[in-house]
Amino acid sequence: MISEMVRIVLTATVLMATLLLSMPSSAQNLEAYQFDEPAQEAIFKELINELRCPKCQNQSIADSNAELARDLRDRTYFMVKEGATKQEVIDFMVARYGDFVHYQPPVTFVTSILWWGPIAVLAIGGLVIVFRVRQQRSAEVELSDEERQRLAALQSQAKKDEER
Amino acid sequence: MNKGWRWVVLLLPLIAFVVLVGFLLRGLFSDPTELSSALVGKPVPQFTVPDLYQPERSHTQAVLTGEPMLLNVWATWCPTCRAEHEYLNKLAAEGVAIVGLNYKDDSRDKAVNWLNTLGDPYTVNLFDATGSVALELGVYGAPETFLIDAQGHVRYRHVGDVNERVWRGELGERYRALRQEFAASASEEQSK
Repeated sequence: MISEMVRIVLTATVLMATLLLSMPSSAQNLEAYQFDEPAQEAIFKELINELRCPKCQNQSIADSNAELARDLRDRTYFMVKEGATKQEVIDFMVARYGDFVHYQPPVTFVTSILWWGPIAVLAIGGLVIVFRVRQQRSAEVELSDEERQRLAALQSQAKKDEER
Repeated sequence: MNKGWRWVVLLLPLIAFVVLVGFLLRGLFSDPTELSSALVGKPVPQFTVPDLYQPERSHTQAVLTGEPMLLNVWATWCPTCRAEHEYLNKLAAEGVAIVGLNYKDDSRDKAVNWLNTLGDPYTVNLFDATGSVALELGVYGAPETFLIDAQGHVRYRHVGDVNERVWRGELGERYRALRQEFAASASEEQSK
């Protein structure tokens, strides 16, 4: 019985491992790109993870296996190899594919709500709290003599109950 | 607090909610795969590319000037291109100038064969085997159709097939407006 279970678990583990190993990884995409200078390689790696594949919505050109992603990786590679700076490559891509191609959209009027929206919501929340607290404070009531006597009576009653 | 103001403050969350719902509802019906071209308003990029039929002949961006026209990006591996081909033939028969850019096709023969069997709606056939011209244009799939004015500036890009609905819609409307503008300026030239 126990040996049976061990066997099932072992088979499952082996199956999982084969599955995982046979899955295409993004690293496979990148073997073809060799650099002599490590600085250029670093720029290239940053770029392909920051540039977005226009064909595949939500994958960087490093992750995607789409034909277009490969073309853009190749272009990035050649540009970096020829000494282009990171910004130059980004500008090149944005000029052709629009802001969509870069995972870090610029601050423009259209995107301003994304950048400042959360801060605006926080500020509005803070103002509401300040406003409400002030309102409550001004609305604080004075106790009448009668109410004060009742309060004192209740408090002494509570004290007696405690002592018991 | 003033009574009128109280109402405004009470209604504010509701108004904000309605605006948000409107915004999200619009998002439901918009197609996120349809990107507007970064080249709109800019001249078409410079290129030199061989002719599809005659490899020794080459064309430059100059073929995209002179009159308002369409630049259609297509390939034989693209099923949607097959779907729109009949309609392009129809448009060409109606006198719409369409330049064809064959984009990274499997082979030149396949592309030529396609045009020979299905008809050739294009006034000029460009053969972009490596996709370098398409990259300059910001093409991210096929088919794509660019509307280009007489000065060779990109005016609009349509992603997906061109059909009757599209031609009645924004692409066709913009083309017809450009055509009218072009005809008006041409007759002005003549009267000078």
